[in-house]
Amino acid sequence: MSRTTLAILAVAAAMALLPLAGLPAFYDALLYLMLHWIVLATSWNILSGTTGYFSFGHGAFFGAGLYTTSTLLARFEWPFLWTLPVAAAVAALLGTALGAVVFRVRSVRGELFALLTLAVTFVVGTIVGNTPIDGGQGVSLTSVRVPHIGPTQSSTFYLLALAAAALTLVVARAIFYSRFGAGLLAIHDDEDAAEVMGVPTYRYKLVALAISCALAGVAGGIHALFLSYVTVGEVFTITVPLTVVLMSVLGGTRHWAGPAVGAIAITGLLYSFTAADHAVAGKAAIGAILIAAILFMPDGILPRLQRLLPKKSARAVILSEAKDLGTTTHRDPSPAAQDDREGAAPLLRVSGLHKRFKGVRALAGVAVDVRRGEILGLLGPNGSGKSTFINVVSGHYAASAGEIVFEGRALVGTPAHRIAAGGIARTYQIPRPFAHMTVLDNVALAAMFGGGIATPRAARIAALEWLDFAGLAAKADALPDELNLHQRKFLELARALASRPRLVLLDEVLCGLTPSEIDSAVALIRRIRDQGATIVFVEHVMRAVMALTDRVVVFHHGELLAEGRAADVMQRPEVMTAYLGRAHA
Amino acid sequence: MPGFTLPSATLLAQSVLSGIFVGALYGLMGLGLSLSWGLLRIINLAHFAFAFLAAYICFQLASHGVDPLLTLVGIVPAFFALGVLLHWLMARFRMTTFNSLLLTFGLMGIVEAIIQTIWTADFRKLESAYANQKFKLGALFVPVPELITLVLAVSLALSISAVLRYTDLGRALRAAAEDAPIAAAFGVDQRRNGLLLAGTCAALVSIAGVCIALTATLAPSQMYAWIGVVFAAVMLGGLGSAIGPLVAGLLIGVSEAVTMAVTAPSWAPIVSFTLLIVVLVLRPGKAA
Repeated sequence: MSRTTLAILAVAAAMALLPLAGLPAFYDALLYLMLHWIVLATSWNILSGTTGYFSFGHGAFFGAGLYTTSTLLARFEWPFLWTLPVAAAVAALLGTALGAVVFRVRSVRGELFALLTLAVTFVVGTIVGNTPIDGGQGVSLTSVRVPHIGPTQSSTFYLLALAAAALTLVVARAIFYSRFGAGLLAIHDDEDAAEVMGVPTYRYKLVALAISCALAGVAGGIHALFLSYVTVGEVFTITVPLTVVLMSVLGGTRHWAGPAVGAIAITGLLYSFTAADHAVAGKAAIGAILIAAILFMPDGILPRLQRLLPKKSARAVILSEAKDLGTTTHRDPSPAAQDDREGAAPLLRVSGLHKRFKGVRALAGVAVDVRRGEILGLLGPNGSGKSTFINVVSGHYAASAGEIVFEGRALVGTPAHRIAAGGIARTYQIPRPFAHMTVLDNVALAAMFGGGIATPRAARIAALEWLDFAGLAAKADALPDELNLHQRKFLELARALASRPRLVLLDEVLCGLTPSEIDSAVALIRRIRDQGATIVFVEHVMRAVMALTDRVVVFHHGELLAEGRAADVMQRPEVMTAYLGRAHA
Repeated sequence: MPGFTLPSATLLAQSVLSGIFVGALYGLMGLGLSLSWGLLRIINLAHFAFAFLAAYICFQLASHGVDPLLTLVGIVPAFFALGVLLHWLMARFRMTTFNSLLLTFGLMGIVEAIIQTIWTADFRKLESAYANQKFKLGALFVPVPELITLVLAVSLALSISAVLRYTDLGRALRAAAEDAPIAAAFGVDQRRNGLLLAGTCAALVSIAGVCIALTATLAPSQMYAWIGVVFAAVMLGGLGSAIGPLVAGLLIGVSEAVTMAVTAPSWAPIVSFTLLIVVLVLRPGKAA
């Protein structure tokens, strides 16, 4: 167990002693509300803050838990504590069912997801209000016995919320520092790139949503008894989602503790206004704070505070950690064992590959074999299907027809993250780094998902080696924005390598580089091959093609035009025509 | 499930008619929202607060004997200026779409507090010469304020759509929404156009506010009740479209009214939101 987790539990244990001090019931209620909002905001952040899928449906999940508990209490007379796991399960089930539909639709992202989840809140609310669950009059729980956990009834609620908050924070923290959490943060920055790098995006989003809903359901269950009279009009509103969004944005969504900070700040503020009988002024103040926060602290309070603290270089930390762990930092960064026994069989066999975009035939029956250990140049004029080829092989696009066989396994229909984990890595022509992660974390992500390293700490150690390899170690702590084009291209390479691929697909890595930068890139690509990886190399820079490739294939209008040694192929008349056009003399 | 009672033909026709009137107001409320979202990439929740602010101003002036429709003369330019001011602020800080949603939500809270301070949280109903006027068309009653709303909503949607389609300004706005840098390279002054459009959106929503004052009872917290259904209309109608929200609004209004007539009023919300969910899941491209 980490020190922070122990600290959370220790603080919670200390706070659990407060009721013994005989606080006035009034403070119990205030603290209860604070903890209640900590649970809701923190649980919301598990999916929404980390991945950027802002859910406005938290009210629905909270409400599902609330009504589950009240139904079980009022109708079936269950003991209260037993209703909480059921409340969590019902909320999680609702979220999973919703996610299973919504997350399959690629374009429901960002604002569309927000509105869709908001709509779900009203639909669920209408159904609850019109069925015997509520019946339109609300459910009264006044006759339900409140369990004697604390010395008084109000202290019982406080203790329940305290336990829920401690649980939520521990869960949120564990996720944040895990492989799972890293994958979620990558989805936020570039979901497609994350998938191609090996993050199972669909499953991760679904699991995060389920956890988030379950925790909201628990908060709902406790709140049902706290309110003792629940109505649809009060529960399924836009207030719950907007408040948790506000708290999380204010505190900082890219940190597990951010929403809790926001929740404490907002609840405290609201309280100070209502206590002084300025509820209206409070409403205006919250609005003004939200505006100020968006304008001046778009990242939230917590990141702002963190920036004030002196920061240790990640590199130094890792090197010292690596020493502690006794790991050698100079492990041979060669790709996973290369198997020469199959010698004759090609590493990748593509046959009859078609890709259509509505009317456009991007690939029309391409057949290419990639031999183990070679550098294969993939040439062709603009629009000839080279990038589409890479996108289809890496699983970003589904093939319309044809076969792709990698190391004897058929790839067509395999999700991109499996392909990445199976040993194929790619780079993007226009680098697509995860903008909010440091250079080191960008590479560590690839090491974790494509490279199969289980813990973020070990992945960072490996990532540092790959940064050394690509000559980027000095930039480990930088954000991708601070890199120049040449460095971003090398970051793409380092990310591709960190997943320890047997096949690397390089999409115009040299495009836009200066001649001297090209030379260093060519040298790096040679070293990558010397490590044992096979490379498919899409490129327009002929000098590099001539210097690097063992063999080239030329695409034209989505078909294979020529194949052979670069120097021979480029002399062929049909290739020259494809590039330069026909002479009309 | 409540029992299904099949209403008489007259009652059904009357509820379709009232659905059309309510739907027109959904469309009018959604018009500015749709343009702002589709063309400026700003989701302006403050529109709901602006509508209610305009409604309350209209109510205030009407209680001093001013004709409610005459208040538009002052309200429209004032809200145009308000819209320009807000957009100027947001443009300065380069808002992302999502942050615009949060920022305008904050603004909504402030306006709500202002309204509540001036006019209290009590329900208010505008009294005017034609507030309760209605005439009979065959077997159906046609209330005058609702008819005014319908006429305004249809004529505004049609004229805005014509401006977007046939004028240089409209083409420039659509081009800038499609690809801002390219539009700028062709000499489109996006700053000016953006301010102009944001002002227009706020002016449009203030007209919707006057219509709310004419047809409904006012309370500050009521502004939140509109968000869901108007968003549904905007998304069903297609972002950046002027006619779309009106058509979708009418569709939602009528199906709500019929649902209410056939089942119980409390089932009404399920119609619009189920429609919205179905559209988002099956045809997300349309909404985006």
